[in-house]
Amino acid sequence: MKIALIDYGAGNLHSAGKALERAATEAGIAASVTIGADPAMIAAADRLVLPGDGAFRDCREALASVAGLENVLHEQVRVKGKPFLGICVGMQLLADIGEERGETEGLGWIPGRVVALDPKARHLKVPHMGWNTLERLADHPILDGLPFGDDAAQVLSSHAYFLHGFHLLPRDSRDLVATADYGGPVSAIIARDNIVGTQFHPEKSQKLGIAMLANFLKWAP
Amino acid sequence: MTLKTRIIPCLDVKNGRVVKGVNFVDLADVGDPVESAKAYDAAGADELCFLDITASHEARGTILDVVRRTAENCFMPVTVGGGVREVADVRALMLAGADKVSINTAAVKDRTIVARAAEKFGAQAIVVAIDAKRVSAPGEAARWEIFTHGGRNPTGLDALEYAREVADLGAGEILLTSMDRDGTKAGFDLALTRAVSEAVTVPVVASGGVGTLDHLVEGVTLGKASAVLAASIFHYGTYTIAEAKAHMARAGIPMRLN
Repeated sequence: MKIALIDYGAGNLHSAGKALERAATEAGIAASVTIGADPAMIAAADRLVLPGDGAFRDCREALASVAGLENVLHEQVRVKGKPFLGICVGMQLLADIGEERGETEGLGWIPGRVVALDPKARHLKVPHMGWNTLERLADHPILDGLPFGDDAAQVLSSHAYFLHGFHLLPRDSRDLVATADYGGPVSAIIARDNIVGTQFHPEKSQKLGIAMLANFLKWAP
Repeated sequence: MTLKTRIIPCLDVKNGRVVKGVNFVDLADVGDPVESAKAYDAAGADELCFLDITASHEARGTILDVVRRTAENCFMPVTVGGGVREVADVRALMLAGADKVSINTAAVKDRTIVARAAEKFGAQAIVVAIDAKRVSAPGEAARWEIFTHGGRNPTGLDALEYAREVADLGAGEILLTSMDRDGTKAGFDLALTRAVSEAVTVPVVASGGVGTLDHLVEGVTLGKASAVLAASIFHYGTYTIAEAKAHMARAGIPMRLN
């Protein structure tokens, strides 16, 4: 299996690449991870991963500045239906609009807006920073075998690592697969068709993160 | 359920080697920071902090190698600080695999680095490390000042005002060290921790002075910190991460347990 880890100058590529390799090993999948933005490489890949660390606006500009990248992503993901994973801002970029540092247009694959977590409204510290459990709103292959419910409340392997001050609010609630509770629901996993995205960092979420990446590699949407 | 309170072991790294490595497990190479990182990953630490104390600028690349090798082996969040002067330093550390980069003296000298780094990498990736000392006389209203160079150089900056300022500029977290308590094992400066935690809406990590597990509890319950950082009590195996978490959970603090 060929995995394209898309490098547009705005992601923690090293961590994500190593975590995908570990996940493939644990899933018993022979996989190679290629980091880059070459349209031919992306077109030849079986699965696409878009990471993203940074401010929405900056990441959006970085994505747009790579010649041919948006076209090949659209072709491979939206037309050909290849499995796609967006991580953190790599997921937020799928929205119509991001509100971080002024309004910026996203890719528009998942109708919705990326809005700030308001510390005043939530009476909590922002960014949402640290380990939180997930609440499953809908079943999805990415969640296969993961612990949920009261039994999972405290165990290490049921926690995901969050590091963000904004989150994607999808217009269609069916696109929201899981939330975390932080003074109210925070969008944690978004999915539609062959597209899935996590607000948290699977590559930094120890056991849960590797298990979820393995699920992504096994997923046949 | 809810966000859990974080326990963060901090490793001092000099020229790519740990100054005080962990000795609670058998390590192939006690001086290798990555070996210590792996031990803490396995022990259930919530984040890891590397503080680079390499003196010469020429040897600064060594920390990048440490971060890179850690990211290859540990799928856990890592904050790196020490000697970060420019936005380019932040970028290099992030590309190597750091999730957050902590800025100390450079922000005291030029506050705009906080805004520039946050604009590029998002507030969530930018930590401002504050080293503060109490400067008010006993009986006076408490006042703390920012010090640099390991607590030797006063800056005249009020700690609370500075914390508010850097948070407004885009710091996503404050790593707050009491220079009065650092290394004393007498517990956090709780009045300082609480004052800073209440002054800003970003998370505050309490640091400096941990000697017992009750100190960790107090940092959260009385100091209102979002996370607690400690070094020697973990490195020397006085307490394990699991013991610390269990103790904090018994005190009613939400923790991520084994």
